[in-house]
Amino acid sequence: MADYSERRFARILGHYLALIALAVLALAPIWIMVATSFKNDVIVQSKEPLWFFFVPTLDNYAYIMTRGKFDTYLWNSVIVGTASTFLTLALGGFCAYALARAEFRGRRFIANSTLLIRMVPPAVLAVPAFALVVVFNIDNDLAVLIFFYTALNLPFAIWLLFGFYKQIPVELEEAAIIDGATPLQVFFRIMLPLMKSGYAVAGIFTFRIAWNEFILALLLTGRNTRTLPVGAAGFITDTGVEWGRIMAMGTLIVIPPLLFTFFAARQIIAGMVAGAVKG
Amino acid sequence: MPLSDSTDGEQDDSGRPGFNIRSLNPYLFIFPAVLVMAGGLVYPVIDAFYLSFFDWKIGMPFDTAPFVGLSHFKRMIMDADVWESIWVTIRFGFWTILIEMVLGISLALLLEKPIRGASVFRTIFILPLMVSPVVVGLIWRYLFDARIGWINYYIGKIGIEPQVWLGDAELAFFAIVFTDIWQWTPFIFIIVIAGLQALPREVLEASKIDGANWWQHILLVKLPMIKSIILIALLMRLIDVFRALEVMYILTGGGPGRATELLSLHIYNRAFDTQQLGYASAISVLLILLVFGLSFAILVFTDPLKEKSDI
Repeated sequence: MADYSERRFARILGHYLALIALAVLALAPIWIMVATSFKNDVIVQSKEPLWFFFVPTLDNYAYIMTRGKFDTYLWNSVIVGTASTFLTLALGGFCAYALARAEFRGRRFIANSTLLIRMVPPAVLAVPAFALVVVFNIDNDLAVLIFFYTALNLPFAIWLLFGFYKQIPVELEEAAIIDGATPLQVFFRIMLPLMKSGYAVAGIFTFRIAWNEFILALLLTGRNTRTLPVGAAGFITDTGVEWGRIMAMGTLIVIPPLLFTFFAARQIIAGMVAGAVKG
Repeated sequence: MPLSDSTDGEQDDSGRPGFNIRSLNPYLFIFPAVLVMAGGLVYPVIDAFYLSFFDWKIGMPFDTAPFVGLSHFKRMIMDADVWESIWVTIRFGFWTILIEMVLGISLALLLEKPIRGASVFRTIFILPLMVSPVVVGLIWRYLFDARIGWINYYIGKIGIEPQVWLGDAELAFFAIVFTDIWQWTPFIFIIVIAGLQALPREVLEASKIDGANWWQHILLVKLPMIKSIILIALLMRLIDVFRALEVMYILTGGGPGRATELLSLHIYNRAFDTQQLGYASAISVLLILLVFGLSFAILVFTDPLKEKSDI
């Protein structure tokens, strides 16, 4: 038996070593970005890669926050991210509820075409979106971006929420109706509280896409409506390649998605798996 | 479960009594979402078809753009640049998906056993998927930098000459493949592990008792049982290959030449770099047809209205 437990120990050790190696591979590029954002230009330009031990500086952060329009970009990103998330959850939630609970003509058509248009490539949206901007002269309005992000996110949100609504037993609604609740009361008082985690998952995915999106934001925003990713990309052309500052900008952009990951990894993975199972 | 007769006035005919169809019209619930999707996704697709018939360029009012019929499509068939970017897309899809699948599935099979702390590692593994594509492009552009990039430093340590990674056609292609593998292998890994862990224990036990060896157990029992998950993950990655452009836009811009210009990026560059909006729309039509064809394949394997997943 000693032999058996030794082999078991070796197997578990190997398992952990493999997981640690993979974790290092996943984290290293992200850590290099964070580390570089705290380096002054002399250290960045020296060819020796320094992972941990250097004199950190906040100069890069001070620079991006005081020069340029960082606060405007941040504010735009926050507005666009929260507004499109809120709209997606509200509209997508209603639609998913109807798809999950009602039988009506066109139900299957809506479900199938939602799955198809979810795959529309952003590059295909680019020219028609640009045409709208040119024709209506609307490149200084965040509403355009909020509208497109809501449209982009609705298909995924709808069927994610559909799955969550399906898991709630119909008997709960029946009981509430017997007790005299109106349909709207049933939706807001019974269903929504039970759907908290469903809306949380859908909200995380929606916010992340709106927060990270770049190509449409580049086309649909003007000087005062740029979002953070557009601002970050601008650093490459505006000031040559100032890696310390670029990495500081990148670090700030990555903070919200990373926070979501640490607090809701299980839900995010559940959403991804559901996506792979259902397309 | 049918309602008791005390509430038959409230029940609809569909056997789905939870939604009180008599007093709330389901179309009112779906209408706002459908309206936004029609305006933000369906209309642009139709508009791309329409614009493809006009020789519209940036800076020109659309009214003055000449109608050119199908000539953009004729031109596209003969256009070596379009074919080259299709070829780049196919090569990129082949290498990234092959490597991501092999790595992701093998790692999942090796590391499937539940182990203390596994959830911490899984949290770390999904981080590359959460990082903004722009930031992914920026990070790897720095790492692949010819002068101060960390990759040149470390290959120097093992005796390889520094390379101008993003300035050479083959090396730049390698760079975008490598970046994609870093970002997306965890996706396959996580999905396949979830599939494996949801397999019914009894079947796996039975196969072990029947004396299947390790290879037989994996090739004949486990993999066939999760093949639908693998297939859908594969189709989704394939569709993503046709949708991707942000990472390459930042990392290489499609260059050098057209060495890393995937079809999506080609459309973008045509429209906004060479400013041919109409011609770019014609290429978008091709892209839409490709992507919808692949999405249709997913629909064949899945039913979006199904209540429970296969796993």
